Amino acid sequence: MTNDNEFRICPATGLKIHLPGELLIKVNAVTAVIFLAVGGLFGLLVALTRWQAVHLLPADLFYLVLTGHGANVLLFWIIFFEMAVLYFASAILLNSRLATPWLGWVGYVLMIVGAVMANVAVLQGDSSVMFTSYVPMKAAPHFYLGLILFAVGALIGCCIFFATLVIAKDEKTYEGSIPLVTFGALTAAIIAVFTIASGAIILIPTFLWSVGYIRHIDPLMYKVVWWAMGHSSQQINVSAHVAVWYAIAAIVLGAKPLSEKVSRTAFLFYILFLQLASAHHLLVEPGISSEWKIVNTSYFMYLAVLGSMIHGMTVPGAIEAAQRKKGFTNGAFEWLRKAPWGNPAFSGMFMSLVMFGFLGGITGVILGTEQLNILMHNTLYVPGHFHGTVVAGTTLAFMAITYLLVPLIFRREIMFPTLAKWQPYLFGIGVGGLSLFMMGAGTLGVARRHWDISFADAPLSFDYPAGAYLMLGLNGLSAILASLGGVVFIVVIVCSILWGKPIGATQAKPATPPPAAVVASYGSAGTLKLPGTIILVTVFFVSFVLYYYVNWKYLAAVWPLK
Amino acid sequence: MAISPPSEKIWWNEPVEKSELVWVTIAFLWGLVMFLTMIFWHVYGEQNLSNESYRIDPDAFAARVEAMVEKHKVGEEGSSGIPVVHPPAGSDVYMLGRLWAWYPVLELEKGKSYRLHLSSLDWQHGFSLQPTNINVQVHPGYEMVLTMTPSETGEFTVVCNEFCGVGHHTMIGKIKVVNPR
Repeated sequence: MTNDNEFRICPATGLKIHLPGELLIKVNAVTAVIFLAVGGLFGLLVALTRWQAVHLLPADLFYLVLTGHGANVLLFWIIFFEMAVLYFASAILLNSRLATPWLGWVGYVLMIVGAVMANVAVLQGDSSVMFTSYVPMKAAPHFYLGLILFAVGALIGCCIFFATLVIAKDEKTYEGSIPLVTFGALTAAIIAVFTIASGAIILIPTFLWSVGYIRHIDPLMYKVVWWAMGHSSQQINVSAHVAVWYAIAAIVLGAKPLSEKVSRTAFLFYILFLQLASAHHLLVEPGISSEWKIVNTSYFMYLAVLGSMIHGMTVPGAIEAAQRKKGFTNGAFEWLRKAPWGNPAFSGMFMSLVMFGFLGGITGVILGTEQLNILMHNTLYVPGHFHGTVVAGTTLAFMAITYLLVPLIFRREIMFPTLAKWQPYLFGIGVGGLSLFMMGAGTLGVARRHWDISFADAPLSFDYPAGAYLMLGLNGLSAILASLGGVVFIVVIVCSILWGKPIGATQAKPATPPPAAVVASYGSAGTLKLPGTIILVTVFFVSFVLYYYVNWKYLAAVWPLK
Repeated sequence: MAISPPSEKIWWNEPVEKSELVWVTIAFLWGLVMFLTMIFWHVYGEQNLSNESYRIDPDAFAARVEAMVEKHKVGEEGSSGIPVVHPPAGSDVYMLGRLWAWYPVLELEKGKSYRLHLSSLDWQHGFSLQPTNINVQVHPGYEMVLTMTPSETGEFTVVCNEFCGVGHHTMIGKIKVVNPR
């Protein structure tokens, strides 16, 4: 039961912080940052190899590093950080104790053992099977085993989150409903359970196949089930980083959701519909009917897209309302101009929001359209899209909230504030470039996961258009910029945690301005008009519609197929 | 705030502001438009994938490819030794992917429709026809049949765009489109 010795009171927010839970948050977040460093380095090597003029690594090493890049950033960095987010959104935000901290350690150990094991397998060189590890290509058994152990550990983390919600309700540590951010984290955790179950269903037999107990795994079945994990795990990220957007807007600006009902319904759409969207990885496969493809990727997926479009309005809307309440009411955009752009938590969050929508979101819908997928399947357009979602979107949002977690949880001041101020711009612009230039190369037909687009070693010859080389060069430059942003992030955060000036209980001076007074007393009815947000979403919508039909026009020029 | 419980306990009865409602409605209708566009294209568009596919043993598929090559071979591609095949217009044509080549080189006639059968002998491969930019996935054990009508003459390259091991980047094939004889 609750023991008061296990708590401290946060001087900045007044939240009651459970110390064993806080320690788990710290450990998971730090581990996440380490994997970000490793995976980010691999990513830089990939981009420098694809930059044809540099062409850094030999082929075998390139494919090895590309496999390592996917696993370390897409799985290990993001999911370790999500564990920290889950524990924060439950125990801390609800003033509760974290359920069974010892089990949290068991989960953590499983995750770290799994992550290290998979990395060892990749670095040994016989598991260069890419993140997707499509059968019948085979990796070493400990590659699959590592992923399974990691997934079991993550599942334990989700269960602790659910248990903490039950405890908090039972011990009445909060009144009414759970906060919106916790609600968003809850949707992420529910999707995670589905994701991990799908992963177990496909990875356990694949592991048994790799050690010789199962003779054959059907490649199409593998893909259908694998993507129920592979894509759904990205939906965990979407839910988590949208929750993080709301959290940052609330902590930095005191923003209040326009309407709890609308925002929560949008999160609910993610649970109900996002998994079905994983069908959009199978749009050009044999043996799957058009009806199945359309049903899963159209109105099911579009209801999830609807969820994202709603957040795309309500998050900036909440910020605009908060800013207007503070008196920034001139014109349509004074609220945005005078936002705290020097605060890395805010600037990172807002860039994450914009790039997730424009770069990741729109292109995701285009890729997920049955016939348009013919133009882009497995080209560099695909990594271009998901660097817009999981890097510009999720990673940047997670970096942004780290600037708040360090003073709140680690109780240290951020060191090198000037560097920290510029970090989101470096990383954001770099990643935005990565995303755009990869999509540019993909539009020109350049294949993803490909060592040499000059085909120097091939028995036949082929040349991609010169523009493709330019795109990959610009992509390399963007990768350098993004890596620089990544290095600055890691240096600032690690130094702050180790040597930052401790924030004592008495000096109660948070690194961020204290939350503003509650903006409106009664939902969006009490809020002000939001002309700026309306203009923003209109621009977004017009871009979306135009780009969508431009791609149909491209398709119409292709050889007739049926 | 978003990090604290809703200020109004009965938040689900809160009225929703008009601009929010309008946006939700527009976004929902746009989803419907995109849904109908896909169906519209199936009816009126010219670029759709077929639903025709079969399970097939890789050896049986290789035998069929070989039969076509023997019957319609017209030469070899450069010094590569890969046969060039000119099957009759409108017929069933075959291309297989294996580590690390597309086999054989097809010579097709412009404006004629062919039933192109695609499968793999070993791992998964990606059939990426450049520069026209048609990309489909090729699985071992599954045969996909696409009716394809080349609309321009020239030499087209089939790049493999599904990672298939350390020689992946050397895996290219050709489709040549010529004017009807």
